Amino acid sequence: MAGLEDLYREIILDHYRSPRNRGELPSPPAHRSEGFNPLCGDEVVVHLLVEDGAVADIKIGGQGCSISQSSASLMSAAVKGKPVTQARALIRSFKAMMSIHEASLGNDGDGEGGEAGGTDEDDAAGGTVSIEDMGELAALQGVVKFPVRIKCATLPWNTLAQGLNEAEAGEQA
Amino acid sequence: MATMTDPLDPIVVAKDFPLLNRRDRERPLVYLDSAASSQHPSAVLDAMDRYYETTHANVHRGVYALAEEATTQFEAARTNVGRFVNAPRPATEIIFTKNATEAINLVAQSWGRRFMKAGDAILLTIMEHHANLVPWQMLAAEKGLELRYLDVDDSGYLDLSNLDRLMNGTKLVGITLTSNVLGTIVDQDRGLPAIIEAARSAGAVVLADGSQYVPHSPTDVRALGCDFLAFTGHKMLGPTGIGVLWGREDRLDAMPPFLGGGEMISDVRLDGFTPTELPWKFEAGTPPIAEAIGLSAAVDYLRGIGMERVRAHERELCAYAIRTLGARYGGDLRIFGPTDPDARSGVLSLALDDVHPHDVAQVLDEAGVCVRAGHHCAKPLMRRLGVAATARASVYVYNTEADIDALADALEAAASLFARH
Ligand SMILES: Cc1ncc(COP(=O)(O)O)c(C=O)c1O
Repeated sequence: MAGLEDLYREIILDHYRSPRNRGELPSPPAHRSEGFNPLCGDEVVVHLLVEDGAVADIKIGGQGCSISQSSASLMSAAVKGKPVTQARALIRSFKAMMSIHEASLGNDGDGEGGEAGGTDEDDAAGGTVSIEDMGELAALQGVVKFPVRIKCATLPWNTLAQGLNEAEAGEQA
Repeated sequence: MATMTDPLDPIVVAKDFPLLNRRDRERPLVYLDSAASSQHPSAVLDAMDRYYETTHANVHRGVYALAEEATTQFEAARTNVGRFVNAPRPATEIIFTKNATEAINLVAQSWGRRFMKAGDAILLTIMEHHANLVPWQMLAAEKGLELRYLDVDDSGYLDLSNLDRLMNGTKLVGITLTSNVLGTIVDQDRGLPAIIEAARSAGAVVLADGSQYVPHSPTDVRALGCDFLAFTGHKMLGPTGIGVLWGREDRLDAMPPFLGGGEMISDVRLDGFTPTELPWKFEAGTPPIAEAIGLSAAVDYLRGIGMERVRAHERELCAYAIRTLGARYGGDLRIFGPTDPDARSGVLSLALDDVHPHDVAQVLDEAGVCVRAGHHCAKPLMRRLGVAATARASVYVYNTEADIDALADALEAAASLFARH
């Protein structure tokens, strides 16, 4: 049986208690996107500054449980300053981490991991990152043992994906 | 020997519930989520099994003995459930539905569509479950009706100070007899008469949502004074898939059918149909037969305990919980709703300092304590309370003080895990 220590790793609690990159960015030039989990009311707001094909700055707002908020904090630290292609690779890898295990839990896999709002359309491009190379993000791996919490963990990533799409569409326009 | 005046002994009661007595669990089960759905005594499960094993056939119109027996049992269940809420005419005024939600939709779609017109108002309360909000919002959008709401005050009681003004132009009042979040009770002894009286003078009908009330208190539709009462089987020891609408016979008689199909007609021609009489007019299609029989057995079981004793037990348990949790956590634990146990049911919505309700419920689960975390299908009330979610513990006939102690202990684990060092 999965224990609480699998879920509430110290890194997660730390990011929950002291969230990184908390705040807002003036928009424009930054882009603001919002994600909601309608079931539990969790909310993540991603402020994104994309410059020269890279995530020049990112700030996080919103409120919710320890898993959604720590995931947002860890995500912001992981993508800040990175090229957009690398950020997208991380999004893909993170969501894969949240769904491979889910499939092995016996779920059909179309529910939590790659749900609507997912942005896997450019799967072919950019590649992925292995769990070993995900650093602190790997601490969220235990979430897959608690299927109802997967949506909490993926909420910030879906919001980031949406933000990147919109920001890039805006840049091209 | 225990008598009807002795307090209910939940340890004895719990022995009747197979699910609560399973020994193959990895951790103890402390079930504190009966407000979402209750467990079942063997009497209910056996009644349904017996029906399937000995009596099942489709009801009504069958000539053979088996079908007749199924029909007799189904109609006896109706009458029994009707008597449980002291319906004046239990054989005709009880409509079986899928759940309370469908019962409320029935009134909105049938009574509301027929008797409401653009500009009329519907008066609800801010503490309604979505089941008593959305059907009216749908109707209001369709017909151009005005939606009005009674507010709650900071202690969790309905604010009736604007009642007369709000009632002016109101044609229908929809009100819960017990909030599934705050526990606030609104009945003949607690605020309901003023609402009924104001509704009468305004010529408005009153629909009471008894989903959280009928399972926990003696219920008498004549004393309540409402026109309609909706409740749901799975919160009162019965099965899922069955709900009840009680309606005053004259109201039901004046209403057009809700769903169309078999069972609800007396004649069908190529150019139209003639609906049949009450109660079948509102029961299109094959009804939930075994579920009705199960609900009837649940009602017998509750009657066997005595609803006064059910209420007294939950009142004591709620008082104990408020005392215990208050002494242990003081200001770190917010308990929503009235603090007076006489004014509230055994539903306890909790907010633990700054631990998110999801995390509270997750840590509680580790100790086998089942509580619900979320908005409890009452988002407008959540917004009014200024929270996105709460963790909700709720008690019933099988819960003990030890269950409350387990809750209190498990909350400690949540508090320490998330404490900011
Ligand atoms: C106050 C109230 N009304 C209505 C309902 C809806 O019950 P059902 O889902 O069985 O229709 C509930 C159940 O959660 C409730 O608590």
